[in-house]
Amino acid sequence: MKVLETPIDPEEVKKLRVGDAFYITGTLFTARDAAHELLLEMDDEDIPFDPSKYAMFHCGPAIHKEDGEWKVVSAGPTTSIRLEIFEDDFIERFGTKIIIGKGGMADRTLKALQKHGAVYCQYTGGAGALMANAIKEVEDVYFLEELGIPEAFWMFRVEEAGPFLVTMDSAGNSIHDDVAKEVSKNLEKVKAEL
Amino acid sequence: MNMNRADLEENLIEGIREAVTSVTDDTESALKDAKEREEKEGAKVQLDAILENIDVGKSEKRPICQDTGTQTFFVELGADFKWSGELKNALNSSVKKATEKIPLRPNAVDPISDKNSGDNTGRFIPSIHWDIVDGDEAMIHIIPKGGGSENMSKLEMMTPGRGLKGVKEIVLDQIAEMAGKPCPPTTIGVGLGGGADLAMELAKKALLRPVGERHAEERIAKLEEELLEKANDLGVGPMGVGGKTTVLDVKIEYAHRHPASYPVAVLPQCWANRQAKVKIDSEGEVEVIR
Repeated sequence: MKVLETPIDPEEVKKLRVGDAFYITGTLFTARDAAHELLLEMDDEDIPFDPSKYAMFHCGPAIHKEDGEWKVVSAGPTTSIRLEIFEDDFIERFGTKIIIGKGGMADRTLKALQKHGAVYCQYTGGAGALMANAIKEVEDVYFLEELGIPEAFWMFRVEEAGPFLVTMDSAGNSIHDDVAKEVSKNLEKVKAEL
Repeated sequence: MNMNRADLEENLIEGIREAVTSVTDDTESALKDAKEREEKEGAKVQLDAILENIDVGKSEKRPICQDTGTQTFFVELGADFKWSGELKNALNSSVKKATEKIPLRPNAVDPISDKNSGDNTGRFIPSIHWDIVDGDEAMIHIIPKGGGSENMSKLEMMTPGRGLKGVKEIVLDQIAEMAGKPCPPTTIGVGLGGGADLAMELAKKALLRPVGERHAEERIAKLEEELLEKANDLGVGPMGVGGKTTVLDVKIEYAHRHPASYPVAVLPQCWANRQAKVKIDSEGEVEVIR
């Protein structure tokens, strides 16, 4: 079992290729649509954490307070393609090297991954209970009031969270593109036999 | 004998908990079979995580997915059932209480103001479908439905002349088009005929039938089997990373149609096919059924 630790070593990430699966011990931060938009509009000095050090997780958790402490109920990935309009700018400006979500992303992100030695990984959609088990502590939450629970930046301390399957790598490979081509070929074949 | 309202609500909350913390047994066994079939590493990684996640949900009574869905009920209401008004109120209040108690993610948003009600209830929500049947009992099918799979639903008002071949094309096109987005391997509900509203409702209702169980009418059963096989030839695979298992099953329901219309509704359910049942008998005794 391959386990990467945060702060992330950019050289380790460059070696990752599509089809590799790994786990993370360290810190993940969540970011959805509104979080991307907010951070991109902010001045550097106002940003409360360093997005280059940790893995970014496209996730809006089910989370609640128990005895004054945040407890994660379930935390699976959200659909990443919604973030396509922000992600290349985000990677360029903040240097995030590991992006985790579901469903894959498109060309703009793939180019940014290549340029900056980053990867996109799929965490299994719906596997929120498994992730909640790997989250050992909610280290912090930023902009909760402005963004609300699902959109806020949650800093999760995780132990062996995963598996994360690399589906887009820094060499320009994308499993999502490959599967889409394959499926469209298969569809023509299947329909011809109807 | 009278029904005890508190007992009913308690059972409905437990039914919702049962639903959101596991998948149906037939779904789980279909996922296990899929794992045996898959050869590609990526597909296996996804299915392993899915099955491990199901174990965690069950053993810890934890919602398996953070999207605990829109609370949806299909009620088979006996014509002589005595407490229908009370049942309706209890469904609403149980959803509110379950949101707090389980807890569920608040998923009911006013479409005009964008304000989340915070308790999973709102105008026409929870979504309750009433079907009047013979008898004096009530059976409540609980099917919380996630947004990711619901977003991939499709209704096509097909030109009737395209016939059954057209139906097959529409279903297969949609399964290819939605790719990994509805969290495959999915179970596909298909509604044929009726008007636009009925076709969509039948597509969702079709999902209540267990995975692996064929339609009682042989001609529909055959159509289900053909679509199941062809859908799995598409190669979308678990979570869209490629593989042999794109759908676990295809369930079809139909209604007679207007001569000029042929509605075809396609409605996917994610691999997290979460369901439970609550039964109320004629004496007011309430029971949660897996």
